Amino acid sequence: MSERFNLLTPGHSGCAGCCDALAAKYVLMGVGEDVIVVNPTGCLEVMTSPFPNTAWNVPWIHSLFENGGAVASGIEAALKSLGRKGNTKIVGIGGDGSTMDIGIGSLSGAFERGHDILYVCIDNEAYMNTGNQRSSGTPLGASTSTSPPGSVSYGNPTHKKDMTRIMAAHGSPYVATTSIGYANDMIRKVKKAAETVGPTYIHSHAPCPTGWGFDSSKTIEIAKLAVETCLWPLYEMEDGEVTQVRKVKDPKPVEEYLKAQKRFRHLFKMEDGDKEIEKIQKQADRNIEYYGLNK
Amino acid sequence: MSTNTVNPKDKSKMVVVEGSYATAHAVKTARPNVISAYPITPQTHIVEELSKMVANGEIPGCEYINVEAEFSAISALVGASAVGARTYSATTSQGLFLMHEALFNAAGMRFPIVMTVVNRAVSAPINIWNDQQDSISQRDAGWIQIYAEDTQEAADMVLQAYKIAEDKDVMLPVMVCMDGFILSHVYEPVILMDQKEADEFLPPYKPENILDPKNPKSFGALGDPSCYTEFRYSIEQAMDVALQKIEDVAEEFKQITGRYHGGLIDGYHLEDADVVLVSFGSLLGTMKDVVDDYRMRGEKVGILKIRSFRPFPVEAIRKALSSAKIICVIEKNISLGRKEGALFTELKSALYNTENTAPAIGYIVGLGGRDVLPRHIEEIIERTKTVLETGSIDSESSFNEVKEEFL
Ligand SMILES: Cc1ncc(C[n+]2csc(CCOP(=O)(O)OP(=O)(O)O)c2C)c(N)n1
Ligand SMILES: [Mg+2]
Repeated sequence: MSERFNLLTPGHSGCAGCCDALAAKYVLMGVGEDVIVVNPTGCLEVMTSPFPNTAWNVPWIHSLFENGGAVASGIEAALKSLGRKGNTKIVGIGGDGSTMDIGIGSLSGAFERGHDILYVCIDNEAYMNTGNQRSSGTPLGASTSTSPPGSVSYGNPTHKKDMTRIMAAHGSPYVATTSIGYANDMIRKVKKAAETVGPTYIHSHAPCPTGWGFDSSKTIEIAKLAVETCLWPLYEMEDGEVTQVRKVKDPKPVEEYLKAQKRFRHLFKMEDGDKEIEKIQKQADRNIEYYGLNK
Repeated sequence: MSTNTVNPKDKSKMVVVEGSYATAHAVKTARPNVISAYPITPQTHIVEELSKMVANGEIPGCEYINVEAEFSAISALVGASAVGARTYSATTSQGLFLMHEALFNAAGMRFPIVMTVVNRAVSAPINIWNDQQDSISQRDAGWIQIYAEDTQEAADMVLQAYKIAEDKDVMLPVMVCMDGFILSHVYEPVILMDQKEADEFLPPYKPENILDPKNPKSFGALGDPSCYTEFRYSIEQAMDVALQKIEDVAEEFKQITGRYHGGLIDGYHLEDADVVLVSFGSLLGTMKDVVDDYRMRGEKVGILKIRSFRPFPVEAIRKALSSAKIICVIEKNISLGRKEGALFTELKSALYNTENTAPAIGYIVGLGGRDVLPRHIEEIIERTKTVLETGSIDSESSFNEVKEEFL
């Protein structure tokens, strides 16, 4: 295990309690050494690759912010042509911004074409590298640097985009949601995704202490709360069908999760903030119902 | 006087094919590993021809990727090139513009991608016809840019482009630019690239650095202020190396195929010319016809053909123009806000700080596919002669034709 940890060495410049570093480590633990990593622009890329240093002990390429899917496609096609594909897995690791917003076209193309790649979205629910701006991964009510609460705003006005389902709709043989709060579950799913031939997708929830406003020692705790409140359901889909769901016996009220983070603090102070919290609770309830989380 | 020579004994090998086909065929003989494709007029015929060749197994092992956008067409080649593949794509105009960000990235990472740019005007207004604004606007991307005069040259340049790009001291992507419709859609007699000659000319691509799980390397690192300048500087050095390499490769190509289209530049009745016209691309064909007429009348008019726009062959141009009495640049692009074409600006800057004090004027012609006829070239030559005779330039740069009714 310790040897595998070293595929991403410590000594990078991530913040204390950084979710991206943790997630990337779990990905490499699940995938192993026979890998080529494609890493679009974002916190992970910046903090691990200041020339002439690198934290990566696997082949790694960063090209641009919005082309991870295409770069991975090209690598896979080239390895096939060169007769070097073997069992090498091409793994994209991108943030929510690069995956769900600016790079979704490129990723959609790669999945539709059926390349043998695994793509992992490390979803810290905002553009963290540029200072916590709102993305389509930002949840309802969250305050970010471009979705602040104000006299006529409760923060981010929309729910998260359901990216995992979008990827499943491409005909992917395997998609799964994971959380950095559940390391073994995440590593197992990554391994399964890597071993599945074809375009597979992992969407990992990844709480960011700096952006979300909680103590850096609490990354795992917050990640677990998202799952325990059913705001982040953990499930697997094979060929478009939900095949596995992680049950949550006694779902906690969403307040427990929201209270623990500065980005939702305004909801507890503003007039009618409770109505916004109700909407968020409704989202959790829908998840409970839809995925049968408490059954 | 040289230019576009085909060995006479090879004339029997000529076949009449579309320009796009000749290029696609040349690509095939380069044995690419990965081709990415996206449709856009007037480029589409090239990738359609290539798809047929791949479908028929004529390019063994080649992966043909039907991407969802040009941005991914170039990005896929970045990935493919990073693992050591020989790569090709073709595009034009809006497609090339969509690639813009990734063009710089490909050059910065030193990937020897070869791409044909079928030159077309840019929107707005939308216009599918030929001018050269698209590739000219990518001037500073770090790509080598070669402009072809005819379909034979466009096809032959594909092979030469790989050899230049993949040189270990160059390692830069190359655009082979050919005029839309005028070259891409025209049926002309050409000699199709012979596979044996192609193999003799172009060795397999064996890069020093690749992404390989057995020997992990990081590509595309963050370059902070302490090292960024040096990365850019080394691209400039590679451009310098390319200046010689472009000449050498043209010679090597001639040795093997008997065909030669010029090196960095080429001349037509240039040596003793008083009036020198400068241009690139298919305009040169029309210009040569007109110059022939002038020569028949004993007038010393000649042509400087620019093949390489990047790297810009400053020394070669200075030498070629050293005895010109007047210079006139004719081109199909405009740098808006400067009221002249990019070649004219570059040419004047190349002559600055030299002994050469010949006056220079520029003409913007053929934008958005407007025909440039021999009489237009004649008019331009006549106006150029007037400047030489009177010694006064009333307009340094002009449009050769502007219709009042549309203003
Ligand atoms: C085309 C383009 N637009 C914007 C940027 C600026 N940019 C760099 S990283 C980044 C945010 C990355 O967000 P995300 O993908 O969520 O990753 P994170 O940093 O949050 O892990 C942005 C906006 C860029 N590099 N390229
Ligand atoms: Mg993010």
